[in-house]
Amino acid sequence: MPSLKDLRNRIASVKATQKITKAMQMVAAAKLRRAQTAAEAARPYATRMETVLANLATALQGREGGPPLMIGTGKDAVHLLIVCTAERGLCGAFNSAIVRLAREHINRHLADGNQVKILCVGRKGFDQLKRQFASLIIDVMDFRGVRQLAFEHAERVAEKVLALFAEGVFDVATLFFSRFRSVISQVPTAQQIIPATIPAETPGAEAALGGAVYEYEPDEADILAELLPLNIAVQVFKALLENAASEQGARMSAMDNATRNAGDMIGRLTLKYNRSRQAMITKELIEIISGAEAL
Amino acid sequence: MTDAFKFELVSPERLLLSGEVEQVLVPGSEGDMTVLAYHAPLLTTLRPGLLDIGLPGGEHRRFFIRGGFAEIGPAGLTVLAETAIDLTELEAGQLAQAVKDAEEDVADASEDAVRDRAQTKLDQLRQVQATLNL
Repeated sequence: MPSLKDLRNRIASVKATQKITKAMQMVAAAKLRRAQTAAEAARPYATRMETVLANLATALQGREGGPPLMIGTGKDAVHLLIVCTAERGLCGAFNSAIVRLAREHINRHLADGNQVKILCVGRKGFDQLKRQFASLIIDVMDFRGVRQLAFEHAERVAEKVLALFAEGVFDVATLFFSRFRSVISQVPTAQQIIPATIPAETPGAEAALGGAVYEYEPDEADILAELLPLNIAVQVFKALLENAASEQGARMSAMDNATRNAGDMIGRLTLKYNRSRQAMITKELIEIISGAEAL
Repeated sequence: MTDAFKFELVSPERLLLSGEVEQVLVPGSEGDMTVLAYHAPLLTTLRPGLLDIGLPGGEHRRFFIRGGFAEIGPAGLTVLAETAIDLTELEAGQLAQAVKDAEEDVADASEDAVRDRAQTKLDQLRQVQATLNL
């Protein structure tokens, strides 16, 4: 049975924790709003890019060959997994969910006899993956000092991936991140970026064309060769932004839970504290009365 | 008085400008071109340079853009630039940095093809610098 003083101390400490989680929740809410605006602002570019790529791909269909970024190397022996996670913890199952999805893929590829390489973007993913797959991780990039994600950060990741691809280090690249659906729902997603998956015949592409035939300057193949690397950067950027929004969303609901838990705990502890205080008073009274009676 | 058409300037980070314009000078990789209303559908890559937008009413807005492409369709003109900075916000330091980066690219390039491309980029950036007198 803890003493009254112990109980008082515990209540005070839980209250302090509650204050911290409450503050973190509010910070996450503010950051979430910013991350969401950033993600929305980036959407027009990505959609346009997809439309144009789809148009180009249709125009080039049926021709011999094509850039390796689009058709691949013809093998799928070595897989590169780009695992994007957060830099910080305390955001519920956000990081573990992405890592779990990545781990499933790794195990499946290994079981199929394929080689796997991992590029970690974000420190938390690296921390979790290095326990099991330390030998497979080829590089870690972290953006810990970054306040607001800019396109150049995504470009840096894309440059690294493209350099590795040019060296023939891998055949297929898959991007792992968490898609932001709502504050309470973030979906870990795997997206193949090399070879590029071109949305075949999107209705939007057809409408944007409006039946018109484009002139290309320089020709289709050259434009495509220039756009495909750019597209990698755009996809990575999109993933990072979605991730940032998801992280804040996950942290917000995790901290909301923690605050509520702390509230419950304070309630329970206070009840216990009052009960034992009452018990002590009663005990003292009984002692006094029985003492008086004995006289 | 020329007809207005729809124009959008998009960078990966945000939509910078969207609205009706009269003419746009686009720094295409094959040469500068001025786009007016009813232009034929065209898709071109861009080189680093100045984008000059003529708004209805004779006002002009200028942007420094780097990389990306422009799409002219029936719906209007869309410029997707990797970087786009309003000239009124552009500082000499930013351009100097871009030139310095390009110089490093040239120095780092190991293959001829890569070096040629980097050199072209550098020349284009220097040209912009010269036009702006920064």
